[in-house]
Amino acid sequence: MPSLKSLRLRINSVKSTRKITQAMKMVAAAKLRRAQTQAEAARPYAERMERMLASLGASVVGAPDAPKMLVGTGADKVHLLVVVTAERGLCGGFNTNVGRFARAQVRALEAEGKTLKIITVGRKGAVYLKRDFASRFVGEISFANKKRIGFEDAAEVSAKISDMLDGGEFDVCTLIYNRFKNVISQTPVGQQLIPTPLPEAAADGGALYEFEPTEEEILARLLPQNLGIQIYRALLDNSAGFYGSQMTAMDNATRNAGEMINRLTLNYNRTRQANITRELIEIISGAEAL
Amino acid sequence: MASFQLELVSPEKLLLSRKVEMAVIPAAEGEMGVLAGHAPMIVALRGGVISVREGGQVTEQLFVAGGFAEVAPDRVTILADEATPLASLSKSEAQSRLAEAEAAFSAAANETPEKREAAMTRLLSARAMVEAALAA
Repeated sequence: MPSLKSLRLRINSVKSTRKITQAMKMVAAAKLRRAQTQAEAARPYAERMERMLASLGASVVGAPDAPKMLVGTGADKVHLLVVVTAERGLCGGFNTNVGRFARAQVRALEAEGKTLKIITVGRKGAVYLKRDFASRFVGEISFANKKRIGFEDAAEVSAKISDMLDGGEFDVCTLIYNRFKNVISQTPVGQQLIPTPLPEAAADGGALYEFEPTEEEILARLLPQNLGIQIYRALLDNSAGFYGSQMTAMDNATRNAGEMINRLTLNYNRTRQANITRELIEIISGAEAL
Repeated sequence: MASFQLELVSPEKLLLSRKVEMAVIPAAEGEMGVLAGHAPMIVALRGGVISVREGGQVTEQLFVAGGFAEVAPDRVTILADEATPLASLSKSEAQSRLAEAEAAFSAAANETPEKREAAMTRLLSARAMVEAALAA
């Protein structure tokens, strides 16, 4: 049986752990709200971009000199995976889920005989995937020192991707990230970036637009922007998901700490009472013996 | 006067969404005034100032660094890469950006034509920003 003193120390240490996890949960909740508003604010642009792309792309996709970003290189040999994870841990299975998903993808594609290249965004994914696939790494991007993710960060990632495309370094590009469904559920998804999957034109999208300058020129500018937007959306989903996941994880930790404290307190009181009873017995039997 | 719905969005937020009478947008091939009932168009934008007119007066002026606009008879949607109200444009920032763009442009001299063109577009947009900042 542990001594009273060691129990007391144990209870105190669990209590301070609970304080920390509770504070972390509050912080995550506040940041989650901010991340969610940011994600919402980005939505109108993405929607309008999609609409414009739908009405534009359909008219160009059949052309022989359609841009590479839209139709791909025509081959299907080299795959580039862009894996987006969080910068920090203590967030439950958030990073592991993406990592596992990415690993399954890599294995599946390699089994089909494709060549793989990996870029990670976020420190945790790099650490996780390096263990198995260090030889496939072509880039690591980290925003660990950024307080808030802006569109220019996403543009940096997309510039890197389009440079690689121009250099003919890959044929198909897929973005892997945690899609934010709600606070408690984030699912890892793989979204194809290049060749760009065209959004369906709306049923009444038959309006005939005039273009200025030509369709090709607009498309050549619209596509990289669209790439940036898709990545931006993934980054925002990632950060909202991270805080959501961290909040849940810290909530669980706080609850577990509470349970542990209750158990330890019960144990402590029992031990204390047992000690008192023993002392009483000693005194009484001592008095009787006189 | 007839009005139409003007929406100005940047990747980071929805900046403006309301009924206006006229908008002047800096299209790639020249300024373009849009009234209600305009023929459907999709235009690329260069760096410049968007002016919004309501009740016969200019009520809003914003600088955009570039982007796209979708014009339909009853609405105009502007996807701006970056938009700042003219009043809060900073001269020093505009100038530092111009210097940066000039450096990038001269560095791109031996690059592919596409890269040169992109650098050129950036340079022109930075110039427009300086002009707008000086005018404000």
